[in-house]
Amino acid sequence: MSVEKREARQPWILLSPALTAVTLLLFVPLLFILVYSFWLRTATGADVAGFYLDNWQEALTDPFYRDILISTLRIAAITTVACAVMGYPSAYFIARSQGNKAVLLLLLMLPFWISYIIRTMSWINILGVSGALNSALMALGIISEPIQMLYNEVTVILGLVHFLLPFMILNIFVSLDGIDTNLENAANSLGATKWQAFLQVTLPLSLPGLAAGGLLCFVLGAGTYITPLVLGGPRDAMFANLVFEAIITQLNWPLGSALSLMLLAVLGALVMIYNRYLGMAQLMKGLG
Amino acid sequence: MTKKMDNTTRYERARERYMNGDLDRRSFLGLIGAAGLAYGVSTPFAKYAHAATTDQVRFDGWGGVVSEAFRKHAFDPYTGKTGIKVVDGTFGGGDEYLSRVKASQPGEYNIAHLSGVFDYARYHALGLSSELNEANIPNLEYVIPKLVDVFRGVSGGKLSCVPYDYGTTGLAYNRKYISDDEMQEKGAKILIDEAHKGKIAGWSDWRTRMWYAALQTGQNPNEISDEDAAWDAVRTHRDLSLKYWGSGAELMSLLAEEEIYATEAWSGRIYALQEQGHDIGYMDPPNGFGWQECLFVMKGSPMEACEELLNFMLAPETSIAVAEGQNYPTALDPTKVDLGDKIPTLPAFDPTGTLSGLTFADPDFWNGHEAAWSKTFGRVQKGY
Repeated sequence: MSVEKREARQPWILLSPALTAVTLLLFVPLLFILVYSFWLRTATGADVAGFYLDNWQEALTDPFYRDILISTLRIAAITTVACAVMGYPSAYFIARSQGNKAVLLLLLMLPFWISYIIRTMSWINILGVSGALNSALMALGIISEPIQMLYNEVTVILGLVHFLLPFMILNIFVSLDGIDTNLENAANSLGATKWQAFLQVTLPLSLPGLAAGGLLCFVLGAGTYITPLVLGGPRDAMFANLVFEAIITQLNWPLGSALSLMLLAVLGALVMIYNRYLGMAQLMKGLG
Repeated sequence: MTKKMDNTTRYERARERYMNGDLDRRSFLGLIGAAGLAYGVSTPFAKYAHAATTDQVRFDGWGGVVSEAFRKHAFDPYTGKTGIKVVDGTFGGGDEYLSRVKASQPGEYNIAHLSGVFDYARYHALGLSSELNEANIPNLEYVIPKLVDVFRGVSGGKLSCVPYDYGTTGLAYNRKYISDDEMQEKGAKILIDEAHKGKIAGWSDWRTRMWYAALQTGQNPNEISDEDAAWDAVRTHRDLSLKYWGSGAELMSLLAEEEIYATEAWSGRIYALQEQGHDIGYMDPPNGFGWQECLFVMKGSPMEACEELLNFMLAPETSIAVAEGQNYPTALDPTKVDLGDKIPTLPAFDPTGTLSGLTFADPDFWNGHEAAWSKTFGRVQKGY
């Protein structure tokens, strides 16, 4: 074998474990789900193999699914904005801190050591009728009766922010940490105020991290089902809950497959649109 | 003497050929790699696909105090006596468990603590039932005959399960806010009472929702004819509810933390709350939801080991200890077995052994509506 041919093969050999894993663990299961989405469920819960468009027709035309999908995207968007607003100052503080950066990063990673479900359920002990916040407010004489704070859309968003904020902070931090602080000093020496230097130098340069964090928060937020299940009220279901119900409660795997592919397609399309129209180059040009 | 051709011998021969130069390094390593791959691919999955060897049986139940009682009073003594390990898992409901079983290999799941005859009928209809050799379960003779007969009726005279306990899904209420008199007066309608808006909850189970909707609209739960009225009642309950609970643990937490004042609830869980000192009342309204639970053996399970476990669990001393631990009356016939002091005090206990005071779900009626009603409830609970 020639040296050129051998060199051409080397990247594929190195990539083969990852490609095999992605194929077996992602594409093959996705293919199964796609095939399943064209099957039908009988009244007893058994599946009928075949090529039926009923599930797709129902998923695409029923306003019930459309409404829940829109609501899911809205909640994910609010969560992403909240994470960005809360995450940027934290990431900036960590990136610019002297000496204790490693400790702050360790503190940021600490929540990942605790199960996501446990972290979500901890809000019940904080916001519940007998929770820490109500007890404190009553002890201070601010309220006489406990306030009902749990099981609504606000607590769902709160739970999602709690879950997703570290992802946002880490992404922004990585971006900010790579910016040469001499650039801000240069801007200051040329007459810019600290605020102007931030707006015109630091912020544009950190946008890739903000965008990456935003995308991650949005996709993870839109796909969650634990948070609305634990912290939501009767009407606060998100789209992933519909998939769960179709597959687990109704034993309708074909419809559940169609719904899960629908969510995947919508989120995939949003990511593609984002990259096409809100790519970082475009954003930086706009700010420039 | 011929040496046994096992994997070690194969390796030794390949290595000898390699050392002698009869096999090049690439081929030798290729053979070792292929053998490792074949072993790695086959062994772990084969192990899980046939997890239920005779030295191990998998049991799935409802978790919480119920599973604790099983572990303490049945599984550990059984393992100590027979050497067969019981691997216990939990589920939140029969639907969720059925989904898991559907995705599994035959033999992966063995025994399930299923609720209701309708679940038994569903599992049987999906071809998941086995056929028990009743001669291996002599303790079955102590079980209330009515409980056994209803299962025989579903599976053509044979049994794929043994009845184990029974209970009710009645009304639980916080006595600090709702009096016994108010409960007697309002019954099931307490769950659609505007006066308690935001302090009501309910199980996110379509059967329970429709059962109580039937009671709230004056219908027989096993013959609901005015579906629209029933769904309207489900919607009313939804609008007044703080939350649908999804597990016994969540039910107990909501009541104990006073997040809610009234809900329908599983009798054993409320008894557990009362034992913990919470002032929670419990009542079964007329035509309240009665159910029986069984130990269902899945098709493909190691039958003799499962039958031995079932017989052990039906032994009066085990069954009584489990019942006292999980707070649900045992399926053993009180006219044949002395059930001790505690069981007669449990909610739903019937001293006559006839269970004539309980209303059970008609499996034909409820399974006939399962596909449509579970889907409709999925929409109704989200505001539709």
